[in-house]
Amino acid sequence: MLNIKELLDKVKASPYREIVVHAPHTGVVEFAGLKKGDTVHGREGEHMEKPGTLLANLTREKNKKPITAPEKGEVESVRTELEGKFVEAGEPLVTIKHFLTRKEVIELILQEALYLFRAPERAKYYFVPEVDQKLKVSGKRSVKVTEGMELLIVSRMKRETPLAYTGPEGIIYSVYFGRGDNVDEGEPLIGICPEDQLTVIQDVVARIQSEWDEE
Amino acid sequence: MEIDRQIQALKDRLSYTRDIFGNREDDNIRLLTAKLSELLVKEESLPGSVLVEEVARLEDFFDFSERKLDLELTPMDRVRIVRHPQRVCLKDILENVYDNYTEIGGQGEYNIDPSMLIARAYFTRRVGDKVLNQMVMVIGQEKGHGEAYRNGGSVKPWGNAKALHYMKVAETENIPVHTFVFTPGAYPVEDWPGAAQQIARNLYEMAGLRVPVISVFSEGGSGGAEAVGLGDRRIMLSHGYYSVISPEGAAAIEGGLRGGDRATPELIEKCARQLGITADDNLANGYVDKVLREPPLGARAYHYEFFRELRRELIQATNEAVSEVKSMKLYRAMVVRGSRTDDAESIYMRWNLSQSALNRLVERRQRKFLAMSRHARLDGTGIAKRAVTVTKGAVDATHSFLRYDLIGKPKKRLDAMFEELGAEAHLLRHKVLMPLKRALDKSFPGVNGKETKADEAVRDKLTQLSSPEEGAYLVGNGWAWSSPRSQEDRTISCPNARIHHCPDLWVPDLFGDFAGVCPHCGHHFPMEYRWYLENVFNYAVSREFNRELESINPLGYEQFDGKLDKAKEKTGLKSACITFDSVIDGVEAVVAVFCAPFRGGSVGAAEGEKFIRAAARAKRKRRPFIAYVHGTAGIRIQEGVNGVIQMPRCTIAVRRYIDAGGLYLVLYDTNSYAGPVASFLGCSPYQFAVQSSNIGFAGPGVITETTGMTVAPDYHRCYHALSRGHIHGIWDRREVKKNLHQSLLTMGGRNLYYR
Repeated sequence: MLNIKELLDKVKASPYREIVVHAPHTGVVEFAGLKKGDTVHGREGEHMEKPGTLLANLTREKNKKPITAPEKGEVESVRTELEGKFVEAGEPLVTIKHFLTRKEVIELILQEALYLFRAPERAKYYFVPEVDQKLKVSGKRSVKVTEGMELLIVSRMKRETPLAYTGPEGIIYSVYFGRGDNVDEGEPLIGICPEDQLTVIQDVVARIQSEWDEE
Repeated sequence: MEIDRQIQALKDRLSYTRDIFGNREDDNIRLLTAKLSELLVKEESLPGSVLVEEVARLEDFFDFSERKLDLELTPMDRVRIVRHPQRVCLKDILENVYDNYTEIGGQGEYNIDPSMLIARAYFTRRVGDKVLNQMVMVIGQEKGHGEAYRNGGSVKPWGNAKALHYMKVAETENIPVHTFVFTPGAYPVEDWPGAAQQIARNLYEMAGLRVPVISVFSEGGSGGAEAVGLGDRRIMLSHGYYSVISPEGAAAIEGGLRGGDRATPELIEKCARQLGITADDNLANGYVDKVLREPPLGARAYHYEFFRELRRELIQATNEAVSEVKSMKLYRAMVVRGSRTDDAESIYMRWNLSQSALNRLVERRQRKFLAMSRHARLDGTGIAKRAVTVTKGAVDATHSFLRYDLIGKPKKRLDAMFEELGAEAHLLRHKVLMPLKRALDKSFPGVNGKETKADEAVRDKLTQLSSPEEGAYLVGNGWAWSSPRSQEDRTISCPNARIHHCPDLWVPDLFGDFAGVCPHCGHHFPMEYRWYLENVFNYAVSREFNRELESINPLGYEQFDGKLDKAKEKTGLKSACITFDSVIDGVEAVVAVFCAPFRGGSVGAAEGEKFIRAAARAKRKRRPFIAYVHGTAGIRIQEGVNGVIQMPRCTIAVRRYIDAGGLYLVLYDTNSYAGPVASFLGCSPYQFAVQSSNIGFAGPGVITETTGMTVAPDYHRCYHALSRGHIHGIWDRREVKKNLHQSLLTMGGRNLYYR
């Protein structure tokens, strides 16, 4: 049995995720004058058309390219000692402390609480037709999976092979892949929840929904 | 009861007056307020008969004050008048001016676009002892005061399409059209049929609509007004406005405001004054034929005298338009022209015209518009040169008449006859000789004719398009002209790098060899118009004409002279339009180019005139006419209505050219928006765009400002325009010349010299 309370307390104790912005390629870096503690925002607008806050400019071959913040957060540290210097690709430049959103917290908890069935190889995944139909008609929670059940189809190099489920018995709680998306090896495909724990997990989600203040 | 109503009416009048004058303090208004409140205090205590007297006196005083206030109206006050909920609307006019009407295609909000109102209406008159009904088609915007579904008279594209449909119905039925312009502007959605394209279609059709059209302007906001406003007679209500843009819009542009900032009232007031939007300004400029005087402070729904005047004016205007072109000019025609009295009602004239009269009507309308806006440009051509041009024009006209009409036509007919006969003979020969040939082949095998090498080459040329992988794009060992930017030693990132992972590009490669096209994803970087002039249109060996036509500042718009001078100095041009004769792979054509560096490629009186002359030249010389739009921001707002009027004018020129049997081709590049796209460019049957260009009615900023919705960043991309059906193809910059040549050979009308 999972200790949800402990997990939630752990998240609450440090509700942040650190995002390190690296130099995407070599070049001379020029910071945009941000200090520790400044707030930045990610891409915005209805169509994500407005770029995030400018962090730095990277100049290579007189081509000045802006580096913008990927997500909302607070500047944790800026490597000002690199100002005006040539940096290699992958050099960390700015660290942003990102306050977790409600959705992210739920996702974090779920990843701990659910049994994740992971992709055995990089391929496209589909549900077998019966499951697919059931998912579409009656929703995710309606499908019960058991060990050895043929659940997915792996589509790779135009060849489709069935994939049997291995793991504890339960119902599908979340689906992590999209139709026709390529899923990398080891990435979660579906999250399985044992039937007796369903109410507990739903409670937790409801609690986070109401309790988590978004900053 | 009666007295209560009178007092209520006085209250309404006072609040109306206050609204009109905005937040301006005025002694007259203060006095009116004081007098009215004085009366309201006394109301209870006064005996009935005295109260009646008091109210009557106060009404007189209101009349007097309103007349006085009327003299103080500023242009912005007039804008507030037409926007006021108490202003007369089309429904009032239908009720009070016509004797009967049936609304068609609409019942309140059940309607394809409730802001466009269509009605079959008629005037009933007694002439002698006969009662006569005269039908008209009434088309106009309904502001529907307070009815949100009317959208404030801002018509969506399908509303304009409806208007066009019923204009065609009127044409079929041979009854006059009365249009009423009550719009702050068109609604900028690009969904099919598209705001700009539909207005362009309307203008194109109205340019040749074979019925009399009488337009009445109350609120004429640019594109929306043009969609129904092209008429034989244009009457303007004295308190209305007709403008290229709302004063707020002009102020926003002038003040360089972005992102929801509001312009100050002073700036808006100043812009309204400078734009020359009032009825008298428009009459003085010749853009309306008549101003109909309204009661002081503007007509409201209870001004029955005004409706009578409007009725008389409408009958008079229709009579005038009809009598001018009637074949039998009787005494009545003279009376109509001479009568400035109230006698219009007593003159009866049949309003359906014969075919020949309709032809004359259309010709008159076209000539009338083509002659407008002479004063709003500068013609620096010397007298001698002008005389030479006129003579040359006449010579050209005679030459083309002799060559293509007198000799060409019989020759064409003969050619067609021979072609038919040849085909007949071919089939006959085939039928008769084939059996013989087969027999011969059988007895003497081995004499089969093989396809020769030359045939193959010809077939390849005819059937194969250029293929980029073979490097067919490049002309010889480079472009005839490459951008000066190709001298810079630096790299540049493709804006699609995030999506397509394009590698960075070295600028000399990009602008030198690749013609500004990302070789990875095909994104077109903006390119100077010179590139097209030299690489596509062979400008170096072309003859430019009307070079001396110059953009000026006809309205004396503040600081605009300086801006114009700067643009002229920067580009070395006198206006945003360049017109010249060109030869594209052996085919001679007339080309008009709108260059973005000159004030954004905006169109004013000089640009319009050059375009019209180029179209006329193409018609005279029987050459294809190509409009290359390097970029256009729309109509030049600083020229006011002088700019807007170029929309109908140029469309008429294009219509005349296409009707004469020419080929009119439009090619868009970079950004093309607003007026020009909504008129003479959008009406072309062949519109193409260079990849990565944007085409639309209003830019994203304007859409957000006017409708409150944000559009996707790629809303105006040419690919969307193509899927909406607004343009007919998208070309790669490197292939423009080849595609143009192919279009010249495969498209267009009957009167091209090489056909």
